[in-house]
Parts: sequence; structure tokens; C-alpha cells
Amino acid sequence: MFDLGPHASFIWLSYAAVALVVGGLIAWLMLDGREQQRRLDELAARGVRRRSSGRKS
Amino acid sequence: MTAFFALLKRDLLLAVRQGGALGTALGFYMLVVTLLPLGLGADMNLLSRIAPGVLWIALLLAALLSLGRIFSSDYEDGTLDILATGTLPMELVVTSKSLAHWLSTGIPLALMAPILGLLLNLDLDAYPVLVATMLLGTPAVSFIGAVGAALTLRTYRGGLLIALLVLPLYVPTLIFGMAAVNGLLGVSGTSSALLILGALSLASVVLCPLAAAAALRLQMQ
Amino acid sequence: MQTLTQRLANPTRFMEFSGRLLPWISAAAALLIACGLYLGFSAPPDYQQGETVRIMYIHVPSAWLAMAIYSVIAISSFGLLVFRHPLADVSAKAAVPLGAAFTLLALVTGSLWGRPMWGTYWVWDARLTSVLILFFLYLGLMALRASLEDETLASKLTAILALVGIVMLPIIKFSVDFANTLHQPSSVLRVGGPTIEASLLTPLLLTAAGFTLLFSAMHLKAMRNEILRRRVKALQLAEVERAHTAQLAAAE
Repeated sequence: MFDLGPHASFIWLSYAAVALVVGGLIAWLMLDGREQQRRLDELAARGVRRRSSGRKS
Repeated sequence: MTAFFALLKRDLLLAVRQGGALGTALGFYMLVVTLLPLGLGADMNLLSRIAPGVLWIALLLAALLSLGRIFSSDYEDGTLDILATGTLPMELVVTSKSLAHWLSTGIPLALMAPILGLLLNLDLDAYPVLVATMLLGTPAVSFIGAVGAALTLRTYRGGLLIALLVLPLYVPTLIFGMAAVNGLLGVSGTSSALLILGALSLASVVLCPLAAAAALRLQMQ
Repeated sequence: MQTLTQRLANPTRFMEFSGRLLPWISAAAALLIACGLYLGFSAPPDYQQGETVRIMYIHVPSAWLAMAIYSVIAISSFGLLVFRHPLADVSAKAAVPLGAAFTLLALVTGSLWGRPMWGTYWVWDARLTSVLILFFLYLGLMALRASLEDETLASKLTAILALVGIVMLPIIKFSVDFANTLHQPSSVLRVGGPTIEASLLTPLLLTAAGFTLLFSAMHLKAMRNEILRRRVKALQLAEVERAHTAQLAAAE
């Protein structure tokens, strides 16, 4: 790509680390969200309801 | 006020009778200091240079060992419940127990340091300076440690957890303790470190019981 | 007229509100970060540090977030203990792993930046040391919460620990600074020299703002997940209880 000087690998590594961690966090957040929603839908399908609402949340 | 001193006296008597905890802490202190020359080589010049720092660090680690017991034995046999409902406010109960810990463990460790200093070829001038700074700084060690003990009271095997929680909080005590030693020896820095160390100890005596008492109340619900 | 926090105290309303807000915040974050990085890489390299100054665009925001997130946790903890705000613990619990991650990134990027600059992967200068200790405070929060099964107890004890931490943090920072004035490390280069030039500052502010929005988006999402998780648990508990009472009734 562009010449980042003699220490280019440090720059790449830093950005890679950030991308990895941030990407990993986002992935975890989205997967976790989907999992919890799935469990809620499952429970709702089995007829388990919350006291406060008569409909799905 | 008499309740405070009665509790203090009782805890000190218990500590004296069950010498085990103090013995373990002192033994651990000695062991860690012994490991140093074994690990780093017996170069007496090197050892004497690092001796004050090593003695301070090992003291913190040894104190950590004894922290779990500040509240746990009373919690287990129900005494803590009685104390909680008694006339003494929880904050003063904590103050009394932390003070007992300082008197029964902190001070002995500080007094042991010069003896261990012999093993590390500690500078002769440094002996009184080291003990003085440790006596000044160990109240912070006991009172901050009590907060950790209160937070981990009901944790099974809380020993490691308390180390993780408390050691970062010990950093200022360590830094100012060492700075005070160096300042008094004229090696570097000023004598302001001694004052700051004292302030640290005083502040921890006043503030830490608040946090620890709050934690204890939650633990006992 | 209720304040925002009061209105959002209801989890359902929070879910609605955050659900609508989230896409916008995420988009804004991506935009700001992209702009910041583009400007950052098209600016001329710093005359002292060469190209490695580009690491600043992710290191400084990470370090800033490390501190800011702890403040969020402390404020949430205060909200829990003093105001008993219903979502305070959700906020604190969601923020802790995020804070630990950004602190770790600050350390890693700081170390990788330090190697070409100072020749070593680590120096015990005041800033890096403080961030390292901050990392341990985060680990402590996570460890304490993990060690307790009772969620209510865990929420309040970690809140106390967070508040103890926020009080100790300036003292720790002060002590580390103090230690450093006594033994100055070999050379601690300030970013870009005594002042940061504008061509470096603008991208930095952009990425810093972008990262902050990024955290906000992740925090909201994590809070939403946690709210769902607690609903699941409550429903599972209700289901078990219902089955239990039904069993008892059938046995008569």
C-alpha cells in the first residue's frame, strides 16, 4: 500500500489489534443479542409470559 | 466508646491466642526475602541496593495473607451478626478490627523488617528509616486491606481475589513508602513523601471503614 | 418534567429508545473514525517520529476511553447505591468488559508505539503505568462479579469496589507521577513535540470522537443484551416455579 516507513509493521500490528478486538466485541454483542432474543422467543412460544405485559416484549 | 475498646481488646486477645495467623505471615515474609538472593544471586551490593524495596513489597504480600481473617472467623460463628445489631455502628466495628489487624500483624511485620534486612545487607542508616516509614504506612495496609476482606467475605477461596483487588490499591502506599525511605536517606526526592504517606494512612483510617462497613452490611443480608 | 434518566428507568422504554438510537450512533461512529483515519494518513508524517505517529490515532482514543469508561462505571455505581436506579447495574455490568478491552488496546498500541520510539516494548513512565494499574482495577471488577452468584449482591459489591477505585485512581496517578519525577526514564517523547500541530490534531479529535461514539453504541447494545438476559432468567424462573406449583397441586 503506501510506504509507512521503517516501522510499518508496528503500525499494521496496532491497527490489526484494534480491528481484532473491536470487531470481536461487536461480533460478540450481536451474537449474544441474537441468542437472548431467541431464548425469549422460545419461552414466549411455550406460553411463559411476563406479568406486566400481555404481549411479547 | 467502651464498646470500641472492648472489641479491640477482644480481637487482640484472640490474635495473641491463635498465634497461627501472625506466625504464618512472619514466616511468609522471611521466605519471600530468602527467595530473593536465591533467585537473583548473592551479590551483596545488588541486594543492599534493592533491600528497602524488597522489604516493602514482601511486607505487602505477607500482609495480604492475613487479611482474609479480619472478618471471616467472626462471620462464620455468627459474631458479626451480633456486632451488626449491637450498639457500635458498623463503621466503628470495622475500625476496631482494622486497628487490631494493624496492632497484631502490621506492626510485627514492620518490626521484623530490620531483622530480614540483615539477610539483604541493608544499609545501616536505612534501618531506623525503614522501620519508621513502615510503621507510618502499615495502617494504610491494614485499613485498605479490610475493604478487600469485606468485599470477598463470602467468596469461596477469596484469597486470590483479595490479592487482585487490594494490590493495585497498595500502589500509592508502596510508592510513597519507598519515596519516604529514599527521601530520609537523602538518596533522592524530598521529605514530602513522608508527609504524604502519613496523610495516606490517616485518610485510609477515616475513609476505608465506610466502604468496608457498607460491603459487610450487604454481605450479611 | 422527568429527567432523561428517570424516563429511561423503565427497561421497556429504554429498549425502545436505545433501539432507535443505535443505528444512528453506529453510523456516526463509523463515519467519524473513517474520516479521522483518512485525514490522519494523508497528513505529512511527524518530523520527529515519522510514520509511527499514525498509531496515535488509535492509541490516544483507546487510552481516553479507558479512563472515560471507568467514570461511566463509577457514575453508574453511584446511581445504583445512592439512587437505586433500575438500570444502573445493567449499565455498569455492560461497561466493564468494554473498558477492560479498550484499556488492553491502549497498553498494546502504546507498547507497539513505544518500541520504535524508545527502543523498548515497555517503559514505566507515569502514563503507561497508570493505565496498567487501571487494567488491574477492571480485572478486579470482573473477578469480583464472577465470584458471586447472587446477582443483587454482586451488583452492589462491585459498585462499592468501583467507587473505591475511582477515589483511589487520582491518588494512584499522583503517586506514579511522583515516582517518575524522582527517577526520570530515558526519554519520554510527548506526542508530536511540545504542541500537536493542527494537521495531526484534527484527525485525532475525529477518531477520538468516533471511538467515543463507538463505545456508546457498544454500551447501549450490551445493556440491551443484559436486559434481555435478565428477562430470560426471570421467565425461566417463573416457568420452573409454575411447574413446581402445578406439580404440588396435581399431587393432592
